[in-house]
Amino acid sequence: MKTNLIPAIRLTVVMLILTSVIYPLVVAGIAKLAPGGGKGVTVEAKGRVVGYALIGQKFTDDRYFNSRPSAVEYNAAGSAGSNKGPSNPDYLKMVQARIDTFLVHNPTVKKADIPAELVTASGSGLDPDLSPAAAKIQIARIAKVRSLPTERLTQLVDANTNGPLLGLFGPSTVNVLKLNVALDQLR
Amino acid sequence: MFSEWTGIAVMYGLTVLLAIPLGKFIANVFADKPNLLDFMRPIERLIYRLGGVDETQEMSWKASLLALLTINAVWLIYAFVLLLVQGSLPLNPDGNPSMTPDLAFNTAISFLVNCDLQHYSGESGATYLTQLGVFNFLMFVSAATGIAALMLIVRSFLPKSVDTVGNFYVYFVKAITRILLPLSLVLSLVLVFNGTPASFDGKDSVVTMQGDTVGVSRGPAAAMIGIKHIGTNGGGYFGANSAHPLENPNYLTNMAEMVAQVIIPIAMIFALGFLINRKKFALMIYGVMTIGVLMLLVPTLISELHGNPAIARMGVAQPTGAMEGKEVRFGPVASGYWSILTTVISTGSVNSMHDSSMPVSGMMQLLGMMTGAFYGGCGVGILNFYYFLIIAVFISGLMVGRTPEFFGRKVEAREIKIASIVALVSTLLVKGGTALAAWLFVNYPEAAWTVKPSAWLNNPGYHGFSEMLYEFTSANANNGSGFEGLGDNNFFWNYATGIVLLLGRFLPIIGPVAIAGLLARKKYVPESSGTLPTDNGTFGLMVFAVIMIITALSFFPALTLGPLAEYFSLK
Repeated sequence: MKTNLIPAIRLTVVMLILTSVIYPLVVAGIAKLAPGGGKGVTVEAKGRVVGYALIGQKFTDDRYFNSRPSAVEYNAAGSAGSNKGPSNPDYLKMVQARIDTFLVHNPTVKKADIPAELVTASGSGLDPDLSPAAAKIQIARIAKVRSLPTERLTQLVDANTNGPLLGLFGPSTVNVLKLNVALDQLR
Repeated sequence: MFSEWTGIAVMYGLTVLLAIPLGKFIANVFADKPNLLDFMRPIERLIYRLGGVDETQEMSWKASLLALLTINAVWLIYAFVLLLVQGSLPLNPDGNPSMTPDLAFNTAISFLVNCDLQHYSGESGATYLTQLGVFNFLMFVSAATGIAALMLIVRSFLPKSVDTVGNFYVYFVKAITRILLPLSLVLSLVLVFNGTPASFDGKDSVVTMQGDTVGVSRGPAAAMIGIKHIGTNGGGYFGANSAHPLENPNYLTNMAEMVAQVIIPIAMIFALGFLINRKKFALMIYGVMTIGVLMLLVPTLISELHGNPAIARMGVAQPTGAMEGKEVRFGPVASGYWSILTTVISTGSVNSMHDSSMPVSGMMQLLGMMTGAFYGGCGVGILNFYYFLIIAVFISGLMVGRTPEFFGRKVEAREIKIASIVALVSTLLVKGGTALAAWLFVNYPEAAWTVKPSAWLNNPGYHGFSEMLYEFTSANANNGSGFEGLGDNNFFWNYATGIVLLLGRFLPIIGPVAIAGLLARKKYVPESSGTLPTDNGTFGLMVFAVIMIITALSFFPALTLGPLAEYFSLK
C-alpha cells in the first residue's frame, strides 16, 4: 500500500498544479485578447448594456420579435430545458395554449404556418436565436403595431440573418436581441 | 436543410481524417518513438521526480491495477472533502453553498469515473474553485486513467510471452502531457474566441430591453469545456451543458466540440493497430463499431426530423423537426447526431435535452450506452470491446471445435469467467437499479427524502419509467447524460447511482486488464492455418452478434416498457 500511496499523493499534487492552475490560467490569459476579454460579449442600445450577445432574452411584447418559450424565463443565472417528454399530456396542453395565444396576437397567421420552435422551449432556456421563418412570421404583427411597411421589416430580418457556417454547414439563424435592437433604431 | 446534412458529414469526416494521424501519434508516444511533442520530455521528467515515480520500473498487471486503484482512491477522498466545504472556500464570487454529503458523494465519484452525472447545476451548485480544482482536475486524470488502462492490455497482443505490462504511472503522465493537455488547450482557445467566458468575474446582472432584471452566470468556463470533450467526460460548466449558448456559442464550436469528443476514442483504435502492428485487426474493430453507430444514428435522425406526432396533430408546422429541448443554431440533424455520438462514447455532454427526444431516439441513446463499446470512452471503449472479443473468440472456438485462441494465447476458463462476470454485472446493475427505483416509486411514494419518490418523475407513464432506466444506464456506462427531468438530487439517487458508477467504471477496467495480464503471461503459439483469424469480416460479424446478444437483447424487456411503449402510444 505504502509503495503506491506516497507516489499517488505526490503525483496528485503535481497534476493539480498542472491541470487546475497552470492550464486554466493560460486559457484565461489568452482570453483577454478575445472579444469581450473572456467575460462575455455585451450588446448596447441607447447608451446602456441591454444584454449579452449570446444569451437570449424574453421578448413577449407585441412590439418586438418574440423569442421562444423558455423553461427558466431567460434568467441566465441558471439554465435548463423543460425536460418534457413528447407524450406528456400536461406538456401537450401547454403547447396547445401557446399556439392559441400566438394566433390571438397574430390574427393574420394561419395555424399551419407556425413553426414549432415558437411553441416549444429550447434546451438551454436561453436560446438567443430564431430561424428566419420564425422571425418573418411575426412581421405582419410588428408592422401593424409599429406602423412600418412590411418590406422594411423583411429587409431588417434578412440583414440580421446569419447564414450557414461558410455558407455550407448548419442552419440559418437570427439573433433575436440584435434584431430587436435594430428594430428600435428603425424610424 | 442541405447545409445541416453537410454539417454532420463534415463533422464525421473530419473526425476520422484527424483520428488516423492522431492514432499514429499516440502509438509513437506510448512506444517511446520520436514524436512531435518530445519537447515535453523535461516537464515529464520533472513530474516523475516530484511525483516520486521511477519511470524505468516495470509492473505486473496486479501491481498496475493496485497503483491505478490507489491513486483513484486518493482523488475520490480529495474531491469529496473539497465539495463538502466549497461554500466556505475562496473563489466563490456567487456565494454558492457547500454540497450535502450525499450529493458530494455522488458528484465526486461521478467525475472520478469519467461519467459526470450532475445532480447539481454548475451555476448554483459549484464554485470556481471546485469547477477548476475538482471537476477540471478529475476530467484530466480520469481520462488519463482510461488511456493508461488501455495501454496495460497492449502487450497481450504482442507475440512474446511477458510477465509485466508496463508502468501505469508513465502511461498516465504521458496521456496528460502529450495528448489531453495539448488537445484541450486547442479546443478551449477555439471556444474563447467564439465567446465562451474564461475569466474569474462573478455573475453579472442586466436589465433587458423589456425591462426584466436577469443574472448572467460566467466564470472560467472555457478551460473546463476543453477537457470536458477531449477527455470524453461531458460534465457541463453550466447546467444546460453544451446546449448553453456560452458553453457552445455557435455551429463552429458545435463542430469543434463534436469532433473533439469522438477523436480520441477513434484514434485509440488506430493507435492500437499501430502499436501491435495489426492494422487489419484495428480496421475490423473500427468497422464493427461504425456499423453499430450507424444503426443507432439513422433511426434517431429520421424520428427527430419527422417531429412530434402529437404536435403535428395540433396543426402547426415542424419544418425543423422536433424542437422541444433543442437549440435553433444547431437544428435537429446536428442535435440528433450529437445525442447518439455522445451516448456511444462515454461523454454524455448534450446540446439538446434528451428527455424531450422522440421515443425512438431515446431508445437509441439508451442502446448506445448499454453497449458502451461502439467507440466508447477514452481508452475504456476498447476495454469494453475487449471482453466482447474474448467471448466471441470463445464462442467461435466452440462452434468450430478448436481450442479458442486469441493472438497466439489459449483462452481458458478463467478468462471467460472474468469476461462473463463483467458483462453480466453490468446488466444486473442497470436493470436491478431501475427495478429498485420503480419499486420505491410504487410502494414508498412519500418517503421523507429531499425529493419524495412521488415527485421524482417529470413525465408520467412510460416516459417516466424511461427517466429512471436512463439514469441507471447512464451511471453504469459512465456516460453522464440524463433524462434531466428526473428529480435526482436526493438520498436514493445520489447513493444508488454513486455505487453503480463505481462498479460500472472499475469492473470493466479490472476485468480486461486482468484477462490481458493472464493472457500475456501464457505461452505464445505462433498463428498457423489452424488458427481462427480474428481480423476478418467473419469474425467481425461474430463480435457484432455477441454484442447484440449480450447487450441489446438482454435489455430488450426494459426498452419495451419504456421507449417502445411510448412510441406506440404516440403513433
